Amino acid sequence: MLVFAIRRLLQAIPILLGVSLVVFGLVHIVPGNPIDMLMPPEASPEVIAQMKAAFGFDKPLYVQYFLWLFRAMQGDFGLSVFNATPVMGQLMVALSNTFILAILGASLGFALGITFGMTAAMFHGKWPDKLFSALATCGVSLPHYWCAIVLVLAFSVLNDFLPAQGMGDDSLPLYQRLEHLVLPVITLSLIPMGVIGRLVRATVLEILGQDFVGALGAKGLPRWPVIRHVCKNAAPPVLAIMGLQFGYLLGGSILVETVFNWPGSGNLLNLAIYRRDIPVLQATILVLASFFVMLNLMVDIAQAAIDPRIRR
Amino acid sequence: MSEATYDLPSTRVAAAEQPAAPTPGYWKSVGQRLIRDPVTMFVTFVLLGILFITIGAPLVTNGDPFTGSVMTRLKPIGTPGHWLGTDETGRDLWTRICYGGRMSLLAAILPVSIALVVGGFLGVVAGFVGGKIGNLIMRVMDVFYAFPSILLAIAICGILGNGLRNAIFALAIVFIPPLVRVSETVTAQARQLDFVEAARASGTTTMQIIRHHVLANVLGPILVYATSLISVSIIISAGLSFLGLGVTPPQPEWGLMLNSLRQAIYVQPYVAALPGLMIFLTSMCFNLMSDGFRSAMDVRLNK
Amino acid sequence: MSAALSTPASTPVDPRDRGGPAQPMLLVEDLRKHFPVRGGLLNRQVATVQAVDDVSFSVRKGETLGIVGESGCGKSTTARLLMRLVEPDAGLVTFDGDTVGVPHGISINEMRRQMQMVFQDSYSSLNPRMTVSESIAYAPYMHGLPARQAHERAEALLGQVGLNPRTYARRYPHELSGGQRQRVNIARALALEPRMVILDEAVAALDKSVEAQVLNLLGDLKARFNLTYLFISHDLNVVEYISDRVLVMYLGRVVETGPVESIYSHPRHPYTRALFASKPTLDPDRRTTEMPLTGDPPNPINPPSGCRFRTRCAFAQAICAEKVPPLEAPLYGEGIGDSPHLVACHLPEAQAAMGVHHA
Repeated sequence: MLVFAIRRLLQAIPILLGVSLVVFGLVHIVPGNPIDMLMPPEASPEVIAQMKAAFGFDKPLYVQYFLWLFRAMQGDFGLSVFNATPVMGQLMVALSNTFILAILGASLGFALGITFGMTAAMFHGKWPDKLFSALATCGVSLPHYWCAIVLVLAFSVLNDFLPAQGMGDDSLPLYQRLEHLVLPVITLSLIPMGVIGRLVRATVLEILGQDFVGALGAKGLPRWPVIRHVCKNAAPPVLAIMGLQFGYLLGGSILVETVFNWPGSGNLLNLAIYRRDIPVLQATILVLASFFVMLNLMVDIAQAAIDPRIRR
Repeated sequence: MSEATYDLPSTRVAAAEQPAAPTPGYWKSVGQRLIRDPVTMFVTFVLLGILFITIGAPLVTNGDPFTGSVMTRLKPIGTPGHWLGTDETGRDLWTRICYGGRMSLLAAILPVSIALVVGGFLGVVAGFVGGKIGNLIMRVMDVFYAFPSILLAIAICGILGNGLRNAIFALAIVFIPPLVRVSETVTAQARQLDFVEAARASGTTTMQIIRHHVLANVLGPILVYATSLISVSIIISAGLSFLGLGVTPPQPEWGLMLNSLRQAIYVQPYVAALPGLMIFLTSMCFNLMSDGFRSAMDVRLNK
Repeated sequence: MSAALSTPASTPVDPRDRGGPAQPMLLVEDLRKHFPVRGGLLNRQVATVQAVDDVSFSVRKGETLGIVGESGCGKSTTARLLMRLVEPDAGLVTFDGDTVGVPHGISINEMRRQMQMVFQDSYSSLNPRMTVSESIAYAPYMHGLPARQAHERAEALLGQVGLNPRTYARRYPHELSGGQRQRVNIARALALEPRMVILDEAVAALDKSVEAQVLNLLGDLKARFNLTYLFISHDLNVVEYISDRVLVMYLGRVVETGPVESIYSHPRHPYTRALFASKPTLDPDRRTTEMPLTGDPPNPINPPSGCRFRTRCAFAQAICAEKVPPLEAPLYGEGIGDSPHLVACHLPEAQAAMGVHHA
């Protein structure tokens, strides 16, 4: 088990390096220098040269890459070229805001998805199955930015139940700040709900069709312990997809954050694109992608811990 | 033929009395199963309808998607002459939805097609050849797989700049890795089947094996997967435009329209939600169609 | 119907027969395949599975050689090595006097035209997208036979394996029963007019009644087309029924070989004896007091030194751990006739064939 975990960890290193290379390379496939794009056209060549030297854009590319990577590993992503504040600080704030949304959205979505999926499988072919399957199909086909707009429409515009913008001030009482969470969290939970619901239904149905479940029933085991056995066997694939979905929520929340004006990492990325703030852009993508890699890693190890067949 | 003692009784009867009942070819039987599946048939008709109102936009609307009038800004649904209302510059929404679908569908289907060709090729090569080449392809794909798809699309688009071409390029990059993975998996599975071994054992060359034995068995699942990717592609490509990274104004495009109408949500709430409904509808239809194909292609589900 | 297919069994003159009846159809010398096992932190090769280790045997023209052994003993790997579906690490295979895959020998492709194989899984060995006659006609067509003739040959073969071509030629594999599919596989193997057919557990997955029909069919085809069989199975009764000679394998090595009557009536190697002891029999006279095999075969990754069976052998002695017993004619025995009974065992009991009779 330990060997498996360590080997899996070692496998993640080349992937992380590849990710960093892609993130760094992306910025440099566009012709031109980040500073050239940022400076006003009338700026003197000396000022531009000064700026380039200050941000390290004058060195050869590979030197820039290793310098950037070396600093990045120490958590130093340099200064934002837009407002000259440390990128790391901005990123930490934004990431923690995104985390709140992603964790709550994922928890709600997973809980609903598992409930729906199990119910549908238990009532295979009957009306709850059909209803939940239809709901789940809707869930996976939902453009969540549109869904956000519809929710805003329903709860903020037509009825003034809930706030639709931002995450509220620190000065507001707790329940009001929680109210700001409701709509974004519901929006984010819909896709994981659909994906997990469909998966749970399919997995449970497959397991229910296997011989050993029949054997458990024939042994005279009552319904609930049988369900426990089923859950244990359904867990690994479901767990894997849960990990992926959580990663997608972190990386994909940019659209939802835009609708709700939520000051998270997606919003930061969006701003960085508009301001052409390369260091912030690179840092945000690198951190989100690395996080996704680590998440997959943890899921793999957790899966192996549950299901010994996965360990090699 | 001698009087074979091993002959099964049933075959003797069949020889004389029953004319051979020819069984339909594989694709024909898939088609028959599709026609008997009401859900798949229904969503196919809906998709054909969407295709008709977008490609044949001039046939279903007389309006101009680019010109509006200040007099008719933000009219509600059901306004005479503008049955779906108008947008923030007074352009007819029905007209813009019809024309806008062209861009949305193009930006969704083209990247998947590109990825299907490139990713399918790489995946079949990796799956069949394996070894060092296969390993190299798969490890490179792992790196791209490490990005959540929306993040990668936004990153590429954000850096290359907005515009339809960049959006299509970005989405193609996003969809290549999953297609490589799926085609690698199914090809590697097909390669291990005994009939491929049997073909090798009778001296068939590698190219012939790929053409006659592997592709025929692998193309179905890959195509089904690509169809389900289109439903994701619609959402992401419209999302890019929604962020202002894809199609540029004043071009009509569902994601872009959704974004500009979002500002008017307090004035005309229902109108604002319409373009998104189209995205949702199209995405769901592709999803259901892919489900239908998948079950129709599963030979063992036969009868 | 082509000329070769209709050749009656009574005229065994095949223009491809180069060596005459004395030349073995297949001569296998020191065939070896070790599969690497990767693992550890850096996925290095940490061990090898000695799937087939220095296996030598010969198959004579027109005979059926049965290979028996527990699962995992290297039977199927041997078959794949012979067809060159897996590259051997070492060893020579000589087909009718021509060494396979060397300059001046016979090419792998030419060997495959004369030697074909039937796989165990009748479903996965047929392309689900091809009709039965397409599958059978495929190989001859690929080798340049015009499509029409290839299909005619396929239909003729279908008739010869007992399937009415008018009913079955245009069916797909999933529309046939397991026995019917295996008949198709046999027809497919015969489509290139081979002289030798490897049957790798070809009847193992069939019902007993269907198995008997297919075995009869195999016997019939063998006589009609003058075939040589290599019959691989774990089923001792089936091997006894169909084989002329038997080869017993254990953990990648040959432990005993000889004529079927000799092996079945006087097994010498303790493994063979134990194997037969586990064979169910309804004849009270043939019940044995031999100890049946217990436990699983040892891990082929680290096989025991010396004799590989010694860890499960009730008679193991010191020498068994030190020296690999050679496969030789026993000291006292049936004599070295034209099909010798060879055994790889140090034990004097095995050498003298003492007390191994099924009383």
